[in-house]
Formats: sequence, C-alpha cells, structure tokens
Amino acid sequence: MQRRFSSAIGLGLLLAFAGHAAMAQAADPTAAADTYVNAPHNWQMWFPVAGSPMQARIDWLMQYVLWIMAGVVGFVGVLMGYALWRFSAKRNPVAGHVTHNTLIEVVWIVVPTLLLFVIIFPSLNLIFYEADDSNPYMTVTVTGHQWYWEYSYNAVPGLDYTSYMVPDNQLKPGQIRRLSVDHPLVLPIGEKIKFNITSGDVLHGFYLPSLGVQRYAIPGTIVTSWTLIPKAGTYYGQCNQICGLNHDAMPIEIKAVPMADYLAWVKVAQADYTQNNVPTTPITAPPANELADAAAH
Amino acid sequence: MSFTTHDPHQAAEHDAHAGHDAGHGAHAHPKQTFVRRWLMSTNHKDIGTLYITMSIIGACVGGMLSMIMRQQLMYPHNTIITNGNEWNAIITAHGLIMIFWFVMPALIGGFGNWFVPMMIGAPDMAFPRLNNMSFWFLAMGFIFVMLGLTLGSGAGAGWTLYPPLDNAQYSPGVATDFSLFSLHLAGVSSLLGAINFIATILNMRAPGMGMHKMPLFCWAILVTAFLLLLAIPVLAGAVTMLIMDRNFGTSFFEPAGGGDPVLFQHLFWFFGHPEVYIMILPAFGIISHVVSTFSRKPIFGYLGMAYAMVIIGFVGFVVWAHHMFISGISTDSRVYFEVATLIIAVPTGIKVFSWIATMWGGSIEFKTPMLWAIGFIFLFVIGGATGVVLANAGLDQELHNDYFLIAHFHYVLSMGAAFAIFAGFYYWIGKMSGHPYPEFWGKVHFWSFFIGVNLTFFPQHFLGLAGMPRRYPDYADAFAGWNFVSSVGSLISGASTIVFFYILYRIFTSKEVLADNYWGEGATTLEWAVPSPAPHHTFEDVPVIR
Repeated sequence: MQRRFSSAIGLGLLLAFAGHAAMAQAADPTAAADTYVNAPHNWQMWFPVAGSPMQARIDWLMQYVLWIMAGVVGFVGVLMGYALWRFSAKRNPVAGHVTHNTLIEVVWIVVPTLLLFVIIFPSLNLIFYEADDSNPYMTVTVTGHQWYWEYSYNAVPGLDYTSYMVPDNQLKPGQIRRLSVDHPLVLPIGEKIKFNITSGDVLHGFYLPSLGVQRYAIPGTIVTSWTLIPKAGTYYGQCNQICGLNHDAMPIEIKAVPMADYLAWVKVAQADYTQNNVPTTPITAPPANELADAAAH
Repeated sequence: MSFTTHDPHQAAEHDAHAGHDAGHGAHAHPKQTFVRRWLMSTNHKDIGTLYITMSIIGACVGGMLSMIMRQQLMYPHNTIITNGNEWNAIITAHGLIMIFWFVMPALIGGFGNWFVPMMIGAPDMAFPRLNNMSFWFLAMGFIFVMLGLTLGSGAGAGWTLYPPLDNAQYSPGVATDFSLFSLHLAGVSSLLGAINFIATILNMRAPGMGMHKMPLFCWAILVTAFLLLLAIPVLAGAVTMLIMDRNFGTSFFEPAGGGDPVLFQHLFWFFGHPEVYIMILPAFGIISHVVSTFSRKPIFGYLGMAYAMVIIGFVGFVVWAHHMFISGISTDSRVYFEVATLIIAVPTGIKVFSWIATMWGGSIEFKTPMLWAIGFIFLFVIGGATGVVLANAGLDQELHNDYFLIAHFHYVLSMGAAFAIFAGFYYWIGKMSGHPYPEFWGKVHFWSFFIGVNLTFFPQHFLGLAGMPRRYPDYADAFAGWNFVSSVGSLISGASTIVFFYILYRIFTSKEVLADNYWGEGATTLEWAVPSPAPHHTFEDVPVIR
C-alpha cells in the first residue's frame, strides 16, 4: 500500500516536472531558432550557407568573379610556365630580340578591359541591391560599445537591451565559444529588417557573414544596412573593426523566429528589457510598416 | 633599353685602380673613421647600405612580431598573449614596421640609393646631406615606433590608426603619441628622399640618357617619389590633427566636438592607397631588370612598361575610398570607387604580360634572382586577382576586414614586395659586396620561403570566407584547422629566414671576387659597367650614353 502510494507520488512528481519543462519550453518564444544553427565549421573553405537573399547574391557574384579571376590566374600561370619551359637556356640557347608587337600590346589592353565590363555590370547591380534599405518592416538601432552590442527596437517603445558574449567559463551545452551571447538579437523571419548602426564610443564593425551584412559602427553618425532572413534559425556575427582590449569578445547572435513567436517574444522582452523610465505599451499587432507610418504623419 | 657605354668604362677603370690599390673599392679614398663614414655619410652607396641594414633590422623585428602572433593563433584559446592591449600593440607595430622600416627602406632607400645614381650615370644623389638626413630621420622613427610598442600598454589602434580608438580617452599614455610621431619622422624621411630622387633623376642623367632611355627601375623610383611627394603631406596632416586631438583639445575627429572619424579615414587612405603603390612600383622596377637579365633579352614593350607605372601612380590617387566601402559612404561613391579601382587592373596586366613577353623567345637561366622574380609574378597575379574580387563593393561588404583581405594584401606585400626585395638582393649583392652568394643556398632560401608563405597565407582565404575577422587574439573553435596550418607555414618562413642569415654570413666571409658584369650579356644597365664591388665613387667623369 505504502509502496503503491509512494510510486503514485513519484509518478505525479515526474509528470508535474515534465509538464513544467514543456511549459518552460513553450514560454521561450525563441525556441524555434534552435532548430537550425548557421555557424562556421572547422576546415570550412567557402562562405557560410546563405542565410539571406543578400548573402545568396554575394555568394553568386563571388563565384562569378572568382571563376573569372581563377581563369586569369590559370592563363597567366600556364603562359608563364610554357615560356619558362620552352625558352629555358637549355631548350633555347640563343635569345631572340623581339621587344615590340603593337597588335599583342593592344590585345592585352583591350581584353582585360572587356573582362572588367563583364565583372562590373552584375557587380554594380549588387551594390544597388545592397544599398536599397527602403520600405523595411522594422528598424533596429544597433549600437556598438566597448565591448558589447546594444539593440534598440525602434517600433517597440523602450525596448532596448545589451548583448554580451558568454565568457568561456560560463558556457552552457549547445552554446558556441566566442560566438554565443547572453541576450541575442531576436528578429522575425521573412520581413525586411533595417539596421541603423552607430557606436557609443570607438569604431566597431557590425559583421554578419551568413547574412552578408557588414557596416562600421561609427560614433556620431548612423550607417544603415538591412537584411531579410527567410529561415528560422540562429545566425552569428562578430565585431570586425578593432575596438580595443576585448575586440574579439563582442560577438553577435541573431535568433530569427516566425512572426507569432517574435510577437510573443516582444511581450516577454518588454517586461524584461524595457528601460525603467520608458512607459511600456504592450503591442498586440505587428508594428505598422514604417514607411506607411511615416506617410500617415 | 639597351645602353652602350663609352666613357663610363674609363671612369670605372680609373676608380677601379684606385680601389684595387686599397684592396677594396669602398676604401679608395683616405680611410674614414667609422663614425665619419657611417654616421655622417653623404655617399649614396653607404647610405643605401645603411637603409638596407635598417630594413633587415625592421624585417627581423616585424617578422618576430608576426611569429608571436601566429604562435598565439596556432590554437584557439591560446595563452601566449592573454591581454588584448598587448595583442593590439603587436599587430599595430607589425604593420607599421613592415611597411615603413622593412619594405620602404629596402626598395626605395636601399636599392634606390644604391642603383638610381649608378643607372643614370650620376656620381651621387643630388642632395647628399639631405640623403643622410633622410636616413637618420627614419632611424629615429624606428626608435619611436619601438617605444610605441613597449611603453605602457602600447599603441594599439592598428596601423590604420583610426580614431576614436587612438584618441586621448581610449588610448591614454604616451605610447600612441610615440607611434604617431614615428610616422612623422618616417614621413619626413620619405619626403626628403622623394625630393632627392626627383631632383636626381630629372637633372643628373648622363648626357644621352633621355627619359625614354632610362632604366625601368629609375622610372619606378621616379613615379614612387612623386607618389610620396603628394601622399606623405596628407598623412602628415592627418597625423598632426590626431596629435592635436590627443594633446591640445581640438576635435577634428571627435564627434562630440563636431568632428568626424570618417574624415580621418579619407585622409589616411588618400595617403594609404598611394602607399600601396609606393611599396610595389619599385618592386615592379626590380622585377623588370631581373626578368630581362635572366632571359638575356631587353624588356618587352619598354614604353608601355614605363607609362603603365605612371598610370598606376596616377589612378592610385583617385581610388582611396575602396578601403571605406562599409564606412557609410554613399552608393554613388561606392560605384565610382569600385570602377576606378578595377581600372588599375589594366595597366597592371600590361606589366605582367610584358614580363612574360620578355621571357618569350629568351634564353632563360634559373638563377636565384630569377626564381624570386618568377615567384613574384605568379603570386602577385594571385594577390591581384583577389584584389579584383575585393574591389567589388558588393563583395567587400562580406570580405572587408576579414582574413580574405589579410591573405590578399600579404600576397601582394609579404610575397610581392618581399619577393622583389629578395630578387633585388640576390641580383645586386655581388655588385654591392663584391662577393657572390651561394647559389645552392639561395635556392634553398627561395623554395623554403615560397612554401612557408603560401602555407601561411593561402589558408587565410578560407578563414576569411568562413567569416574570421582580423585582429583577433582568440577565435571561435571552428577556425582552428586553417589557423593551425597557417601557423605551421609561418614556422617554415621563419626557418627560411635563418637560411638567409647563413647566406649573408657566406657572402661576407667569401674570398671570391666577382667580375664587373657577373650576369653576362643580359645585364645591360650602367651599374654593370663599374667594378664589383662598386667603388666608393662612380662616374666622377660624366659618362656619355650612345
């Protein structure tokens, strides 16, 4: 009897525990981001898997330009290798005297010039694509500090928090040394996000290799960029402009989650992260499109 | 490009006799005391030797710093350097020293001083005392940059010196001031040197040597000197403003006082990009001579080669903001600076193809200098190819400041400029010292260095693509593999440097005496018409070029 009772309690405790864990999981709105992690891996030889359309375009242009340049290097290498073999003193004891050939000199000016045109056109397209930060769904102001990042959600009044690297000795299972942070930047997937990047002290570099975003964080000015993340997941970046003592210890971690999770997170975050002096108005609907918003005013 | 000399032989013989009497060409005149000869020198060859000595010291210190860095980066979470400030001071000093106290003194002050007057048939530089002053400014600058490395927590804003990190608030202490003043000293040194080279080359060419007959190394130094003349004052202005911001309360680059940190980047790179060509144009000159000599053929397309350098120098001044694609410059600026930058590939292509055309139909001997020249051309083309990649503003958004960039500029500098320096060294050391270098060990040096630097820097392309930022003393574990390979490569380059010192030892203990023109018919410039070693004074009687 007593044995049965105690096992019933045990089972009940177990159930309660499991139920609590499940609830805790449901309570973490960024859990969806844990299903896919886009991080560098050892012996990697190419760009990260593209986490944004911008990075996909960068990847494409990189292959395009690099193959052309590999062709140039290969051509020069073969040409020089052949010359060295064919005209070595052994095979060609008497040197010739040709020092001019107008045709070939014109050819090696014209052909590289044409090759540059082949590169320039898709390349300029990419510049204009990368520069087009118009009409974003939302804007995050990113401020670099010695040595942490500060994220401020322009559409959510008062939502402003800091993000520090997890020190080596406090890493939890699943976290990546030198890349994981205490409070990641949380973004909704499938929407255009604009970054207003600035700095509170020295220069920093807001660098997200898997999203193809990089801008200096410069005090006294705002430099903009943007991204759009189609897939829920965790994306990493690092500070890429020397900023003093702990330059290597201020990584960037982004959790991209579905819109519903993002909105759920905003509610939690407003409670946790909102600065004391700013009144909180919990939002229930997605923030209005900023441009439409601006037009209405 | 082919010169026949008439009078120089007489002049040379005259000197040679005086030289042989004293047993050594350099002692042809009443023996000078050590202090008089080396501290108060007004002789272009002695000053050239001082510059080369400076560059060897600079290369050793800068190289030692890079060895420390690579050992730290061999493993993630390594503990050779535990303090970020220490690390930043080392990377800053490594960059500054390699540029201003290794590459520039070797190519411009060293080989330029030694061979420009000889190649144009001039007895010395136009302003010998100014020449002396140039060197000692540089030597004092080296002391300053070493103080910047060692005092306090060191000057740690990177060689690009971007404020606000190096302003008084974030880099307190005198170390940064010493590093900034070291740039002033090196800058004044370069400026005076540039004035001297321009005056020498424009005014002191021997009768008959028109500008279009001048050897390509002299063309290279002339263009370089103009670049220095126009770029250094801009650096001096920027550095002065930084010093003012740090010490006298101005706010040129302080946003709080209405200043702009980006202004410094513009000024710095207006100097910094021409500086890149300042380091590589003399290398182009040396490579042209070496390729022509060992192919036993005059250089192909001489005029194209000379004017390609002029064009590179000119365009080099209008591309500076390709270093600032992610500093928030406007879209139109990005378009312009990308296109302007890509244009430089065309004159550079002229040079590369002309070198290959010079080899074409030649009778090529694979002596050590030629190996370095071939290595230079191939590796420079690789560095140029990644340069074209980086010139794309859209790609630079991903690659800026990561290890792909590090690999790129080490391919053009650590391999390009350094290979040309070694090519020049093995090519001319017989003329400078009178003794041959050991051919076998020269080749050992070449191959070990070739393997070492490629192993060091090629994997860094992969690290950059994977997203590893520069100037990190510790990195995510995912970057461990290629970093390890890179560090092993640096050990091989380090070992290779020991071979170089053994070669130096062999040269200076050699009893063998070289002929005037020990390379034979391929070497046609005027320095081969004087004895080896070149006597203390050459061309006291003006040679006439036919």
